[in-house]
Formats: sequence, C-alpha cells, structure tokens
Amino acid sequence: MVKLDINGQVHALDVDPETPLLWVLRDKLGMMGTKYGCGIAQCGACSVHIDGAVTRSCSLPVSAVSGKVVTIEGLSPDSRHPVQVAWLAHQVPQCGYCQSGQIMAAAALLAEKPQPTDADIDAAMTNICRCGTYGRIRAAIHDAAASKA
Amino acid sequence: MAQITLNRRGFLVSAAAGGLSVGWSLPGTAQTAGGQAAASAEARALGIWVVIHPDDSTTIRIAKSEMGQGTLTGLAQLVADELDADWGKVRTEYVAPELNQSSKRAWGDMSTGGSRGIRTSVEYVRQGGAAARAMLIQAAAARWGAVPADCTAADSAVTHSASGRTLRYGELANEASRLPVPAMVALKDPAQWKLIGKGVPRLDTADKLNGAQVFAIDVKLPDMLHAAIAQCPVFGGKLGQYDAAAVQAMPGVRHVLAVGDNAVAVVADGWWQARTALEKLAVTWDEGPNANISSAMIADRLREGLTAHDAAVGHRIGDVHTAMQGAVKRVEGVYGTPFLNHATLEPMNCTALVTEHGVEVWVGTQNGDATLAAAAEAADVPLAQVKVNKLILGGGFGRRGFQDFTRQAVLIAKQVPGRPVKMIWSREEDMQHGYYRPVTQCRLEGGLDGQGNLTALHMRLSGQSILASIAPSRMENGLDKLAFQGLLEDEFGYMAIPNLLIDHAVRNTHVPVGFWRGVNHNQNAIYLECFIDELAHAAGRDPLEFRRALMTKNPKNLAVLDAAAAKAGWGTPTAPGVYRGLCQNHGFGSYTAAVAEVSVSDAGVLKLHRIVAASDMGYAVNPDQIDAQVAGSFVYGLSAVLYSENTLERGRIVEGNFDSYEVMRLAEMPKVETVLVPSGGFWGGVGEPTIAVAAPAVLNAIFAATGKRVRSLPLKGQDLRQA
Repeated sequence: MVKLDINGQVHALDVDPETPLLWVLRDKLGMMGTKYGCGIAQCGACSVHIDGAVTRSCSLPVSAVSGKVVTIEGLSPDSRHPVQVAWLAHQVPQCGYCQSGQIMAAAALLAEKPQPTDADIDAAMTNICRCGTYGRIRAAIHDAAASKA
Repeated sequence: MAQITLNRRGFLVSAAAGGLSVGWSLPGTAQTAGGQAAASAEARALGIWVVIHPDDSTTIRIAKSEMGQGTLTGLAQLVADELDADWGKVRTEYVAPELNQSSKRAWGDMSTGGSRGIRTSVEYVRQGGAAARAMLIQAAAARWGAVPADCTAADSAVTHSASGRTLRYGELANEASRLPVPAMVALKDPAQWKLIGKGVPRLDTADKLNGAQVFAIDVKLPDMLHAAIAQCPVFGGKLGQYDAAAVQAMPGVRHVLAVGDNAVAVVADGWWQARTALEKLAVTWDEGPNANISSAMIADRLREGLTAHDAAVGHRIGDVHTAMQGAVKRVEGVYGTPFLNHATLEPMNCTALVTEHGVEVWVGTQNGDATLAAAAEAADVPLAQVKVNKLILGGGFGRRGFQDFTRQAVLIAKQVPGRPVKMIWSREEDMQHGYYRPVTQCRLEGGLDGQGNLTALHMRLSGQSILASIAPSRMENGLDKLAFQGLLEDEFGYMAIPNLLIDHAVRNTHVPVGFWRGVNHNQNAIYLECFIDELAHAAGRDPLEFRRALMTKNPKNLAVLDAAAAKAGWGTPTAPGVYRGLCQNHGFGSYTAAVAEVSVSDAGVLKLHRIVAASDMGYAVNPDQIDAQVAGSFVYGLSAVLYSENTLERGRIVEGNFDSYEVMRLAEMPKVETVLVPSGGFWGGVGEPTIAVAAPAVLNAIFAATGKRVRSLPLKGQDLRQA
C-alpha cells in the first residue's frame, strides 16, 4: 500500500511501488492533466510539484514520493493562478499537450524567483513544446511576475 | 471532464463537455445522440453548420481537425462573421465522421493538412453562416409582416430598420429552422467583415490551462483495458515468435496478442503494466530483406541519383546545358537533408471498442473520413457500423493523417470484444515507426555571365518520393509533382532565370515517408535559397539585390521579400558580431520571406538573435494566430536545422527518444517578429508556409558570419568556427 498526498487529498493505493508517479496519477486516479511525452524525463509534459519543486513524474517510482504532490488540477481552484491568467492573456497554447507541464514549471519558477530574468527563464523552462510556443511562454512568465510584484 | 455513458445499443456516447463531439438531431439524418437529445431539444440546426440555442449561444460545426493550428477558431470566425453572430456566444463542435459519411460528405473533406483548413473550405463554410443568417432574417420578417430586405442582423439579433423592433436569434431559431436552406447567398465584401481579420482569442484555450482538455490519450471509459505495442523494428519485417506464457502471469496482464502480421501487443489493466510486460516479452522478428540497410547505403544511392542520366523533369525554361557551357563562371553545390520524425508530443494512440454492433474509436486524427474507413476495414464491418470520436490532437504536423495506429487499436480490440482498449505507443515506438520526412540530396549548378547575372540554373533532386511511396496512383508518368514543391512555375520565385532545369531522380527506400509540416518545401527551399545565396556571393553581389533581379516576374514574392528586408533593416549595420541571412518561398498558397540575425562565437557556438518573418496569405483571418503559427514554424523548422535527424542501422531507426532526437528548447528561441502584408484577393495557408524560410535564412546568416557554407543538416556536430 502506497500513501500519496495529492492536491491536498491523501490516497492509499495498492500499486506496484515501481510504477512511475505519472501512471499512478493517470491510470489509477484518473487525473489526466499530467501528460506522457517521453518516459525518460526529457520533455517535461509530466511535470508536477512535490513539496513545491517541479518534478518529472514519468521517471519517479511512486514509492520514492515522500512529499506533497500538486498536479495541474490542483494548481488553482479556479484556474486563476497568475501563470494561468498570463497564459490566457498571451494565448500561449496551440495544441496544448505540453502546457500542463509548462505551466507547472513556470509556477515553480515564480515561486522560487518572483522576478525571474530571461536567463532564469532559460534555465528553468526546459520543457519541450513542438508547436513552438516558447516566445509567448517567456512573455507570459514576465507578465505573471509583474502581476505579482 | 467528459462524461461517457453506455446507451442502449451498447455504443458509447460522449457528451459535449471537454470537446467531445455529440450528434445533434439533424434534418435528413437519423443521427441522434441517445440520451443527449433531450438536453438540447430546443437547440435548432439552421442548415448543417450552425446550431442556435434558445439563449442565443451558437454552436458552429467544424469538419477539420484542431491540432494547435487554430483552425477551430479561424473557421468559426468565417461562419460567425457571415452569420452576424455575437462572438462571445460562439462555441464549436466537431462533425462526427460517421455523420459526414452517411450524409454523402455534406461537410466536405475532413482531411486536415496541407494548410488547407481555411483556404479550401472558406467558401462553403461562409455560405453556411450566410444561409443561416438569411433564414433568421426571413423568420423575423415573417413575424413582423415585413420584408427581409428591411431587416438587418448584428450580434445575434435581427432588427427591423424602420420600426427598430428586434428579435434575438434564440427567439427566432425554431421558426428559422423550418425554412428551406437557401442554396446560394451573397457573401459579405471584405469591407463588411467584423470578425475576419480580427485577432480574437482562441475558443479552445481555457481547458488547455488546467488539465481539462481531453486528448485521445486521456479518454476514460468503463472497463477499459490498456495496450502497449511493439512493431517489427525493421520496416517491412514481420512478427515471428513470442513467448506469451512468460509474461502472462505478470501483474495486471490480461492478453498477449499478435497485431496484424508485424506487431505484438500486451493488454493489461494499466498501461505501465502493459509496457513493463512488453519489455520482458521475448520476441523474434522476421526482419525481411531490409535488415542490413544503413544511412550510408541510402546516401550512396542518392548520390548516384545526382548525376544519373534518367530523371523526371519538373521545370524547364530555355536550354540549361548550352547556357551553362557559355557561362563565364560556374558554381556547384551538393546538399542533403535527413529523414525526420514528426515527434508530436502526444504519442500515437487510439482507443477502440468492438462489439457485435460494430466498432467505435476515440482518436486524434487529421482525417476523420479516412479514420472511419480504416476502422471499418480493420474491424471488417460496414462503414455504417463505425463511430469515430475525434479528439483534439496533441500535435499533428502531418503524422496523424495516417491511420496505422487506428488500425492497430481496432485489431487489438477485436480480440477483446466488448471491452474498450486504449493503445498507446511508447515514445520509442513513435520515434521508430513514423512516416518520415523523406531523405533527399540535391546537386545544383549555376552559370554566371561576366556581369554576375545568373544565366543558367540546374537543380537535380535525388531521393525518396512521397507519392511513389504511399500514393503511386498520383504519379504522373514517373513524375512526383509534389517533390517539386516551391520549384514549379506556380510557386517558383525566380521566373526571370533565362535557362532553368529542375529534375528529380526518384530513389526510394524501405522507410515509410509522409507529409511533415511544410513537406517537400522544407528541403527544396534550403537547396534553392542557400544556393542562390552561394551564387550571389560568387557574383560579388548583395544577396537581396541578386534575388530582386531574378524576381521581376514574381511581384508578390518580391513584395514579401522586400517587406522582410525592410523590417529587418537589411543593408544597415548590425550589432558587432551579428550577421544576417535572408530567403523567400511561396507555398500552400502564401508568400513568405525571412531575415535571420545570428552570431557564431570563436568557439563555433551559434546564437540565434532575431528572426523577421514576412508573409502574404491574401486575407489574414486571425492575425494573432498567424503570428503564433509563424513563430511556431521557426521552432519546428529550426529544431531540424540544429539537431533533429533520423538515421538507419540494420534497417531500423537508431534514435529512440528526445535524448537522441533532440529538438529546440526555449533558451534557444530567438525573438521572432512577424510582418503580415496580406494583399487580399486570395486565401492562402498559414500553418506551413513559413517553415520553408526558417532554415535557409539561418544557414545564409551562418555563412555571412563564418564564411562556412553548411550543405547538410542537422548542424549538430558540425564545426562552425570561422573558415
């Protein structure tokens, strides 16, 4: 039995402890906002927060999760997290598949560095977007930072 | 999140929430959405494109597929403008492919590719909006005892001009729906457009911000099982033996199944369990005759094609051979580009359910009609017993026009009747079983006269033909016209070249090829635009001025090139160490040009500083979304310049994931400035035209910076230190 605190709710789950957190979220708990993209922590589509730190859940065995997990579904009760607001204003998503991960990465960056420089954004935002929304992501992060200042 | 329930026929019916389609009760069709009909009982269809609800909210039906390119929003703008709908009340809904099938394709071709979404359906979808508006006006006029000509429509309401009386669309829909649909209604002049040309926000953003958007990979159904699949790693090979018993007892495993003649799948309670068991499964493959083929062998074969006697002629002006002999200076260059996987971020996947009643699939597809046909064929049932639930695509780029993964999901589900099975390809499976951008090489030779004018150009393409490989019936006497994208008279930008020969030696391989965003424009523009740059330098002339002299017969191409050059400040000083390159192209109905600004450090490290991209797509339906597509085209195109390449060893693709098939990330993204110069009078594509100018602009700038002419891609591993 594995115990997980996800978005403030504690789940006791009968799963193989080697199962990556991503597949527990998706196939056990039906939380589909966190995406599978590569399975080797390269693309970031599976990004969640664990105790506030952005983590790629596709390569993390569920037995190794010790902190509180927040997924895209739990980022904000009303989808009004400053990152989500800025994403909407900048019309960031195209296909949208990577955006849960991008938003989680941006939210973690802003929690750590409320006024990130371009270099900070370069270093933190390593998630892959095949549609090519990078320019708008950068602009939206600066906007979200300004709105919190 | 979508609610999914079983109806009495045992078919699964999905509600409208979350972007899943629901069939409305339509005149002339028997389609209803089971229990959903009651909820929408008061909504009224006016023709086939528009549904008006009592509260004036308006559902616009979309036959094309949304894969990020914004077609849901753009097509809705076209309809809503003619309808004079209140944009704030507009939502969209996919047309169900089975409905299109049963109504003789009333909604037209569902295939979504070639940047055709708007440009090939613009007339009939606008007609759909205009017809519905005419019906609403007629209904209002009838109520008032007025004549329709005295009534006007705006913001989802009809007003009687003389009396000022007003009725909302929601109040009129019931009566309007009983009127005949007018066959042909005059469309607005561009000056009357209210929505076309406006950068209105996309209609599909909200759910993409909080995880609520349901992609095919996210579909949840009662009693659903999960499948992982392995296909013969060598293209054309077959499944041999596999030891099912060894994995059958692993946790969650339900079935180990052959899929067609070239794949094996494990079906389990969860996908991770299926994948884990599949990795443990001992499989032997009958790899067939291609098991020794390598990239080096393919490259040799293409190199032979560069000088082969026989080649299909695509474009000929004058007499190149005679003119070349008379040239004062001759320049030659040989270029090459690799196979490329689409690498959509959502891997290929499909969910299928086979019952005694037929087959139902849930899938992200660029072609709903073809998906319906593929599912029917795989399930071996009539088309009438197929239901296709189209979901928003997690990237398409041409890959999801193919039906291989749908076929496989149905073949699996057929062996597990009565239970839905979601099949997801691993990233590795996706990387190694694509329909790749074809591998090609190109030899170019140009002749200059004593004044540095280009008098002759020969361009010999050698490589794989998409049409010969997947649609041989579209070959014309050995000629694949698609292979010449950007190079035939209707698109070629340098029609003033007096002697021109462009030909193609078809050299196919066993690797499946397909339509990769921008298709053959990608490599053709690299070859042509980089070589034109080589010629300009050989002639000692400015690359812009050299091109302009060859574009006197191509005023639209020239205007766009000039627009890009002007915005970028071509000919003005750059920051120290920063150099410019430029290029132009015409494809998918639109004219594009780009200027890149780059620097290359002493250590050979490339930095992209700035891109200026100009385009003329005739009418710009949504400038904000065009800006997004232009910027995105550079990311996709420059990923291929910088990193991406699929290579072959022992008949199979070497790269497995994003660690070996690298793509561009945010830190490398240059500033992209878009310059829209829509000249009106035509409807050009948007999703693909710009990608063709991404690579050559950067490569020409690299030459300006280093004196090094890059003739093969990707740049990864190449030494860019100054020559």
